[in-house]
This record gives sequence, C-alpha cells and structure tokens, in this order.
Amino acid sequence: MASQDISPGTDSGKASLLNDPKFRGYLFQILAVLVIALLGYWIVNNTIENLQRARLATGFGFLDGRAGFDISSSPYLTYSSDSTFAKALLVGILNTLTVAVAGIITATILGFIVGIGRLSHNWLIRKICTVYVEIFRNVPPLLVIFFWYSGVLAVLPQARQSVALPFGTYLNNRGFYVPSLILGEGAWLAGVAFIIGIVAAFFVKRWAHKRQMATGQPFPANLTAIALIIGLPILALAIKGFPLTLDYPILGAFNLKGGSQVGPEFISLYLALSFYTASFIAEIVRAGIRGVGKGQTEAAHALGLRPGTTTRLVVVPQAMRIITPPLASQYLNLTKNSSLAIAAGYPDLFAVGGTILNQTGRSLEVVVIFMIVYLSLSVLTSLFMNWYNAKMALVER
Amino acid sequence: MTDTNISFVRQEMLQGQTPPRGERGIIRWVRLNLIATPVDAVLTILALLALAWFLPPLLNWLFVDASWVGPDRSVCATAAQGGIQPENWSGACWAFVNAKFGQFMYGPYPLDQRWRVNLVGIMFVALLIPLLMPKVPYKVPNAVVFFFVFPIIAFFLLVGGWFGLPYVETSRWGGLLVTLVISFVGISVSLPLGIALALGRRSKMPVIKMLCVIFIEMVRGIPLVTVLFMASYMLPLFLPPGVSFDKFLRALIGVALFASAYMAEVVRGGLQAIPKGQYEGADSLGLGYWQKTGLIILPQALKLVIPGIVNTFIGLFKDTSLVSIISMFDLLGTVRQHFNDPNWASPQTPISGLVFAGFVFWIFCFGMSRYSIFMENRLDTGHKR
Repeated sequence: MASQDISPGTDSGKASLLNDPKFRGYLFQILAVLVIALLGYWIVNNTIENLQRARLATGFGFLDGRAGFDISSSPYLTYSSDSTFAKALLVGILNTLTVAVAGIITATILGFIVGIGRLSHNWLIRKICTVYVEIFRNVPPLLVIFFWYSGVLAVLPQARQSVALPFGTYLNNRGFYVPSLILGEGAWLAGVAFIIGIVAAFFVKRWAHKRQMATGQPFPANLTAIALIIGLPILALAIKGFPLTLDYPILGAFNLKGGSQVGPEFISLYLALSFYTASFIAEIVRAGIRGVGKGQTEAAHALGLRPGTTTRLVVVPQAMRIITPPLASQYLNLTKNSSLAIAAGYPDLFAVGGTILNQTGRSLEVVVIFMIVYLSLSVLTSLFMNWYNAKMALVER
Repeated sequence: MTDTNISFVRQEMLQGQTPPRGERGIIRWVRLNLIATPVDAVLTILALLALAWFLPPLLNWLFVDASWVGPDRSVCATAAQGGIQPENWSGACWAFVNAKFGQFMYGPYPLDQRWRVNLVGIMFVALLIPLLMPKVPYKVPNAVVFFFVFPIIAFFLLVGGWFGLPYVETSRWGGLLVTLVISFVGISVSLPLGIALALGRRSKMPVIKMLCVIFIEMVRGIPLVTVLFMASYMLPLFLPPGVSFDKFLRALIGVALFASAYMAEVVRGGLQAIPKGQYEGADSLGLGYWQKTGLIILPQALKLVIPGIVNTFIGLFKDTSLVSIISMFDLLGTVRQHFNDPNWASPQTPISGLVFAGFVFWIFCFGMSRYSIFMENRLDTGHKR
C-alpha cells in the first residue's frame, strides 16, 4: 500500500549500496589501486624523462665493465682494479656476510653472558652488567664504530712498536696480525673427516634420544659428538703426518712480515656491532629467563631435579622459546647495521655500491641491487628463524 | 581464689633480640650479595680486580688529567706534539668541546641568528614538560599546540625569510639542532603513520592489507642508510624535471618513512594482544569501524605497547646520526667535522669529542627510557600478568 508512490528498486538499492560494508570495501580498494597505479605511472614517467634528459643509460650491462678501483679487504676472492663491477659487488657482499656472521656469534655470546649476569645474585656483577647495557643501548651504533676506530684503534702504536700478544699475534695501528694456516698435501682429508664427524654426531644424537625415550637409559651423546667432530679430523691429520704449517708474523724493521692481517676497519666495525647488539641481546635474554614462571623451577625442584639439571632441562628450553623471535630481529638489525661499515672505511656491499654509484652514476641499478641483497638476507634469516621457532614452539594438545 | 599471681607466665612481650652480627646490617648485605657461594666470592674478586684495573685510569682521563680550558690545541698535546703537556700525558681534551660547544649545538647557523634556535628550544621545553607531567591539566590544548601550532612557528623561526627575519637555508643547520629537528619530525610523523599502517595490515580488505604488508616488510628489510641513500639519490629522479626539494627535507622523509614501518609492527603487536571480546563487544554496541578503533581498541593497544613505541623513538633518535653518511651534519657529524680543525687536532681530540657526543645522545635516550618505565607503571591498570 505504502509502496505505491515510492519506486522500491531505486530507494533500497541506493541506501544499501552506500551502507553496504562489502561494497564500500570494494570501492576503497579500487580507489587505492587507482591511486597507487597513477602514482607509479607518474613516477616511472618522470624517471624515464629524467634519465633521458641526463643521457643516462639503464640496465645492468655496466656490471661487466672494468671497476677501476681497489678494495682494501678481499679475503676470499682475488680482486684487482681490473676486475669487473660485478666482482666488486660480490666482494662487498662477502665482506658484509663476514662481518655479520662474526658479529652475530660474538654478540650472542657476549649478550648471553651479560644477560645472565644481570640476573646474578652477586650485586657487583649485576651492577656492572647493568651499566654495560645502559651505556651501549643508549648511544648510536655509528658512534660506537667511530669510538673504536678513531678512539681506540688509531691510538695503538705504530708497526715498529707492535704489541705482542699470545699465540704469535701482534696488534698495531694497521690491524691485528695472526699466524696464517698453510695447508699442505692431503689436508683436504681433515675437511672430509670434519664433515663426516658432524654427520655421525647428528646420527649418534638421534639414536641416543630414541634409546632414552624407549629405555630411559641416558647416553653421553654430547661428549661423543664433540669427540667425533674434533677427533676425526685430528685422526685424519695424524694419518697424513700433520701436513699443516703455521706462518707466524715476524716483526721486521718497519713492518710485520708473514701471517695474515685483519685490518682496523674490520676490527672496529666488528667490535662495535658486537658490543652494541650484545646490549640488546642481554635484555632479551634477561626477559626470556624471567619470563619462565617461578612455579616451573619450584616444580622441577619438587620432582627432585638438581639446580643444574633444572636450568638445562626446564628453564632454558622454555626461555629459548621467548628469546628466539626478538633474537632473530636483533640478528637482522646487526646485518643491516653492518652497512655502517662505510663510516669505518670497510668495503662492505654498501661502501662498494656507493663507490660504483659515484663512478658510473647508475643510482637506480645500485639501489635495486642493495634492496635485492638486503631483502634476501633478511628473508633468509627470517625463514631460518621461523623454522627454528616452529620447532621450538609449545606443542599444545 | 586469691589475687596473688603465682603464674610465672610472662605478662608483657619480650623485646625482640637483635639478630646475630652476621645476619644484620652491612655484613649480612655483603654476605648475601657478594660472597654467598665460593663461585660468587671468586666472581666478586675478579670484578673488583677488573674495576681496579679499569676505573682509576678512566677517571684520571675523564677528570683528573683532562684539560678543561685553553685557547688552542697546545693544552691537549704533549711537548713532543707541540703542546704544553708533559710527555706520556693522556687526558680528555674538554677544552676542545668547550671551544666548539656553540658549533656542536647549532652547527654553522649564523651567529647573530642563534637566538631564533634558542627561542624554539625554550618553546619546545616549555610545551613538552607540562605535556610529560601527568598532574598538569589542559593536556589536549597543550598537545594541539605542541604538535600543530609549535611546528609551524618553529618552521618560520628556524627557516626565516618572513617577518624581516633573514633566510637561513637548511645547509647552514647543524649539530644538535639537526638531530632534534629530525627526531621531532620523525617521531610526530611516524606514530600516526605507523598506526595507520598497522590498521591497514589488520584490515579485511586484501588490497589494502597487501599494500601495507609490502611497504612494511620492504622498509624493515633494508638498512636505514639505504633508505637515506634512496631519498637523496632517487627521489630527484622520481619527480618531474625541474622540481627538486631540499636535501634536509628528503632526509626527513626517509627517516619518517623508515620509522613508521617499525612503529607499525609495534602497534600491530598491541592490536593483536587485544582480546577478541573487545572487538565483539564494540560491535554489539553498534559502534562503527572508526568509533570501535578510536574509542575501544587503540587506547588499549597503544597502552600495551608504550615500551615498544618508546624503544622505536629511541632507535629513531639514535638513527638520526646516520644522516652524516649522506653528508649532512647532525651532532655526531658536526663533532667529527671538527676533528680536522688544525687549531685543535691532537691525538686526544677525536676521542674527547666522541665521548661528549656519546654523552649527549646517552642523556636523551636514557631519559626517554626512564620516562617510558615511569609511564608504564602509571598506566598499569593491573591487567598485565
């Protein structure tokens, strides 16, 4: 009756369309896509026009050209200024990885020590660790790099007055000199033995776990694993009659001869990244250990576990579950912070790329390479950490 | 019954005996905190030895042997290096910091115009402190002035060119001024932008969600130096020919976008921690999306992640030092720039300058982290486990 003078189709349709969350959702999304597409079109257009105007060629063909600059540190590849840009970038990537891996290992060890120290019953240890954390957490990493580089390492004596350290190593303002290992005939056997040792250790651990699950009999799997991993290579070397010689650095009249040198750029970057990141890892470790409820420890004690066993079997596995995700992001941060190498003059990816950019003016390509490398590094790290995290995660009913 | 009390039950409480000497005062404290177990005792001794080895030289260098005032490098160099100090002298060169203090604060900002920076600084402090103190009333007008009116006034004061103030281009800014401007802008842009990105990432619209995820993950995957590098080399490529904007502004955009991606992840953590019942409760009250988000979800979510937000702020503040890599001079960059001043170059100059810069950064970051702990305790309404 009432619908006589109102055409029902138009009215209800209009009202429902504007108030329909589904329709509005589509509308917003289409608008967003349009805006992004227009923006992208505009940017691409401008870029092409700018490149044409500056008469800059594009494409990655320039990577085959002669680099023409030297790189101060290339431990894995032979690099000279006659090598290609691509090789220079590869050296940079390897250097980034070197400092990142070295930094991650040191930062983890130092961070765990300091983090556990912050929970110590010993007042003095606790305070020292707190001071360490509060100092390094609250200054920029760049400053820490400069501190090591121009504050500590540059003040070291000249090569002639090198500081002799244990194991035939020397320290001066040109870096840290260590004996280098020269592999003789048949040394490859040790490498093979090492790999076999790792594989064997893995199987021994699995078998030991299975046996303990089935029979309750523990087996010293860790000791066996260490014995296998260290013992097999030594055995292999003994068979070949120890084909290894150490080349010790020798203090000459003006410089050190022999051995291998670790430059001050690397040392300052490595120390700075380790010390800086360790302060964050310490906080993560502390939070992780405190995050395990007191009831867990008490229950373990009630079951008659000793304090050491309680820590190893009850507290640490649960704490690791809390620690792992933030630890992964700290590892990523360290890797990304290694791009500060440019401040210490260490030729990592970012520094090498910057040099290439200055020489060729290919800003677009260089930035694309940066993004690809850093993004894949972070994707790889997060994939590994996600796998580890899933393995460690709490399995609920 | 007689009243004679023959019981030998004590009528009044006995005074508590003092605990044995090993159980009170400093002895008890030392026993429990320093030498509870043999391992503890060994650790204490080792720590004391380390301190004895480390602290006296440090204090000597920092205070006792340091040279505090002087006209030029001679007060910071030994006789062999052309100075007045004895051989083997080693001490901080605070005279250098003293002489360059103005430069470290303002950079190459014109001397006769420094009052403008001071005025902005005074306004900043005068607006910030009441905002930080929970007891002071008028929070909303204060915040509006601080985040909307103050930046405009500060912009006109610092840049100049209007109202008879001489124009000061941003290449003449430097020192702590640049550090503070970048961090203030970065903080006030990254928080709203980060919240928007976090909401976008939790959105039910797949396109919006995907865009936000791509942006956040891309930015989080690359180092800030690369972002700054892009901002300074690529942004001019993306703009129409002839259009270019200030280098300082480009760095600001880079820092703000970078920080907002991290902020988005922190806020997302808070959003995920809100129980589903809160969302459903808001829905059942008939609240729309913005009402639900603004009135129910965000206040709880942001409160949960205050430590994370402040950590991002601290990270941003520290990251401002990276602009020196794209040749802009913040506090750290300015300090480093002055190492090469022939008037002051001495072996002690760099490390003294760095310790000073580190101290300034440390004060700001430490202050922020203490304030966040204070706010966390204040806002803790007991919902946390």
